[in-house]
Amino acid sequence: MSELSVNHLLGIKQITKEDIQLIFDTTDHFKDVINRPIKKVPSLRDITIANLFFENSTRTRISFELAEKRLSADTINFSASSSSVKKGETLIDTVNNILSMKVDMIVMRHPEPGAAIFLAKHVNSRIINAGDGTHEHPTQALLDSYSIREKLGTVKGKKVLIVGDIIHSRVALSNIYALNMQGAEVCVCGPPTLIPKYIKELGVKVVYDLKKGLEWCDVAMMLRIQLERQNEKLFPSLREYAMLYGLNKKLLDSLKKEIIVMHPGPINRGVEITSDVADSKHAIILDQVENGVAIRMAILYLLASKIERA
Amino acid sequence: MNSNTILNPIQFHLTVTRLCYELIENHDDFRNSAIIGLQPRGIYLVKRLKKELLSILGDVEIPVGTLDITFYRDDFRRRETPIAANKTEIDFIIEGKNVILVDDVFYTGRSIRAGLDAMLAFGRPKQVEMLTLIERKYSRQFPLQPDYIGKSVDSLTSQRVEVEWEEINGKDMVKLYTIDE
Repeated sequence: MSELSVNHLLGIKQITKEDIQLIFDTTDHFKDVINRPIKKVPSLRDITIANLFFENSTRTRISFELAEKRLSADTINFSASSSSVKKGETLIDTVNNILSMKVDMIVMRHPEPGAAIFLAKHVNSRIINAGDGTHEHPTQALLDSYSIREKLGTVKGKKVLIVGDIIHSRVALSNIYALNMQGAEVCVCGPPTLIPKYIKELGVKVVYDLKKGLEWCDVAMMLRIQLERQNEKLFPSLREYAMLYGLNKKLLDSLKKEIIVMHPGPINRGVEITSDVADSKHAIILDQVENGVAIRMAILYLLASKIERA
Repeated sequence: MNSNTILNPIQFHLTVTRLCYELIENHDDFRNSAIIGLQPRGIYLVKRLKKELLSILGDVEIPVGTLDITFYRDDFRRRETPIAANKTEIDFIIEGKNVILVDDVFYTGRSIRAGLDAMLAFGRPKQVEMLTLIERKYSRQFPLQPDYIGKSVDSLTSQRVEVEWEEINGKDMVKLYTIDE
């Protein structure tokens, strides 16, 4: 069996097509495992993992923790709000203190883009990026591609429309890298103020009319408006955004074909997607969440296999 | 590399047939039994056993499955490169069943130790037995013994036992390889 070309998962940009294939093959087996009566394997029983969340998260944190527990790893959880970060400790000091307690791997979410890469350069541990600001969210992109592959058989040649707050979205950037690498066509859609000026350099199309985009695509990936990252008003109102860029049942039914609808969560029902679409048979939002655990198990397993024994 | 034949095709066939009769003695018509082969090499023996059992017993239901032990092995992070996982297919309930675990070669006992662990993730069988085509004597690293043995061989750690199957290698054979000094 081949192994990953990297020692950390910092972003999709750092990994190869072969890495993605290996992660997916391993995920297939873990998906099998988590559907057994006993959903746990002993592989990582001598590994300790610290989950460092410097930014709020529900799904990703729970998903990682569950993945770690199902591999029998020991876990510690840390959130910035209840820690010494508030007292002025630097990131490297915080992490080195945790590592000196014999921790083998770090899963980190951080509001600063590049935080995971910075950490990988300065501390001696395996780092998994669970989202760094507006930069990358590699495990989300991998579980999205895996879910597309599961639903449509392959990612290659599929047309994926990413709708919404592209400029603030780490999910969008990681997905653009991952989908391009696997040979999918990607188009982004949203108000011009939420689409980065040089996005076309990443090899994606841009469309400003949601209906046109939906007619083109096989998969629509709806993103949340990240109000927490917006310092200025980039569109008039949420109501107007919902009218122009929200996916509703009427719009979905008006298409001449079946598409699948994805959302990385958390959903703002009634803004980027209406309840009747989010709960419809087109939506694979909950499959994405299930696959998230298996994907994270595969990544943890493959990275842990590269840790040398003391 | 020198090789000695442990079982030729005729002996191979006789051995598998004898193992089947031994299984029938203890499991009757397999109403409450199941056979599970360890991936990757045990599954060929399971397929052969099932074929042979059906030709002896006629129209009976024999539940067979395959079990992957990759994530239960005790040598994770001790190998140069990780082992690729294989498919586990157990589409019956093992709770309360008499399970026969099958592997082609029984050597250190580590695979079967992992196999027991992996199997228990599917439930609590009534009884577990172990069947192997070739038992390598005096090389156990765990206190485990097979219940059904095709043939026991004396071998050195430096030697290798290889089971060949008609469907892959063109001939049913078991060979013992000795690496030249």
